[in-house]
Amino acid sequence: MISQDMGLFLIFLSAMIVNNILLIRFIALCSFFGISNSMQTSVGMGFAVVFVMIMATTISWLVYHYLLVPFDLLYLRTASFILTIATFVQLEEMFIRKMFPPLYRAMGIYLPLIVVNCAVLAAAFLVIDYNLGLVKSLIYTLGVGFGYFFAIVMFAGIRERTNMAPISKSFQGYPIAFITASLMSLAFLGFKGLFGL
Amino acid sequence: MSTEAIPIPVAARQRTRSRLGKELTKGIIVENPILIIMLGLCATLACSTSATDAFGMGLAFTFVMICSNVVVALVRKITPHQIRIPVFITVISTFVTIVDYAMKAYTPLLSRSLGVFVPLIVVNCIVMGRAEAFASRNGVAASFMDGVGMSIGFTLIITLLGAIRELFGNGTVFGLRVLPAGYQPFLIFILPPGAFLVIGFMMAAQKKFFQKGGAK
Repeated sequence: MISQDMGLFLIFLSAMIVNNILLIRFIALCSFFGISNSMQTSVGMGFAVVFVMIMATTISWLVYHYLLVPFDLLYLRTASFILTIATFVQLEEMFIRKMFPPLYRAMGIYLPLIVVNCAVLAAAFLVIDYNLGLVKSLIYTLGVGFGYFFAIVMFAGIRERTNMAPISKSFQGYPIAFITASLMSLAFLGFKGLFGL
Repeated sequence: MSTEAIPIPVAARQRTRSRLGKELTKGIIVENPILIIMLGLCATLACSTSATDAFGMGLAFTFVMICSNVVVALVRKITPHQIRIPVFITVISTFVTIVDYAMKAYTPLLSRSLGVFVPLIVVNCIVMGRAEAFASRNGVAASFMDGVGMSIGFTLIITLLGAIRELFGNGTVFGLRVLPAGYQPFLIFILPPGAFLVIGFMMAAQKKFFQKGGAK
């Protein structure tokens, strides 16, 4: 597991591959199965998640350590994190629309969806649970985000193939997607123990 | 979650009484939240390594689902349409915090094995989805029934999944030994790939046996 005294690169690698958020930790599966139908949307969603996740973790880390802890309000953690993230995603959407129109066109419709993407909230909770400092939290989040991107893009590639394959009727659609995910998860499980993680 | 403005149907309230039974049963098979609507997968897969964990998750989810459905139905008329989502999230996260603290106090072992997934009920799409799609447009009684039905459907599937994985992966169900002691457990069923595999087969079975009769 991850702790404060690990090196930055190890934290990144652990978050991205060994404890891949989708395939090993089962977080954010709704979007994983929901939008991985096409390569293009997966890439868009992947970028949007990485981007929002970094911002959201920074903000919630600051909120936790400079507001909730000094004022002894730890029981508001869940409520404050989700509200901060939801508000922040809205702000971010407006900001990107105004300042970077091409970027907005590329990932515009995925931004609102991210509020209900558990990966963002989970990353914010996990860095608190692991008791990481701000820099390590950011590196960890970056790893989680890249892990998400990596897994969803690969999965979309495989699904484009399985859609054309002759599959028995009851397994068409979601069931075969789950079996595919199972095999991918098995492959990722092979990284367990890498560098003693 | 749809963001378009849909007015609350007034006539729906008069019909609720006759529909209550239907609201209760539809969540179990026809509109089962996990197998048909494909929501709430994260908690389902992650918390089903054993039947006990799965059932605990089911109970926590039941509490949040029913309470938030009722409260959302109560406040649906005084909530301005534009800010309904933050209001729902606040309601849900209040109940999630209650469950989280209660579990930490009374069942610390279960709380530790479920870990981050208890606070994550807040973004469990089933709760939010039912608040938005059902409780914000229906009366308190109907929303209560809908919550109960959805919770039963969720708890049923997650416990079944947990039991299957525990049976093959450990030879036990709810901690009781079922298979003979010489049984060599398939460890893979308890590990993450097993969850995907079992739910894939469960969905295929559901598709084969329940969707023929015009369920959907």
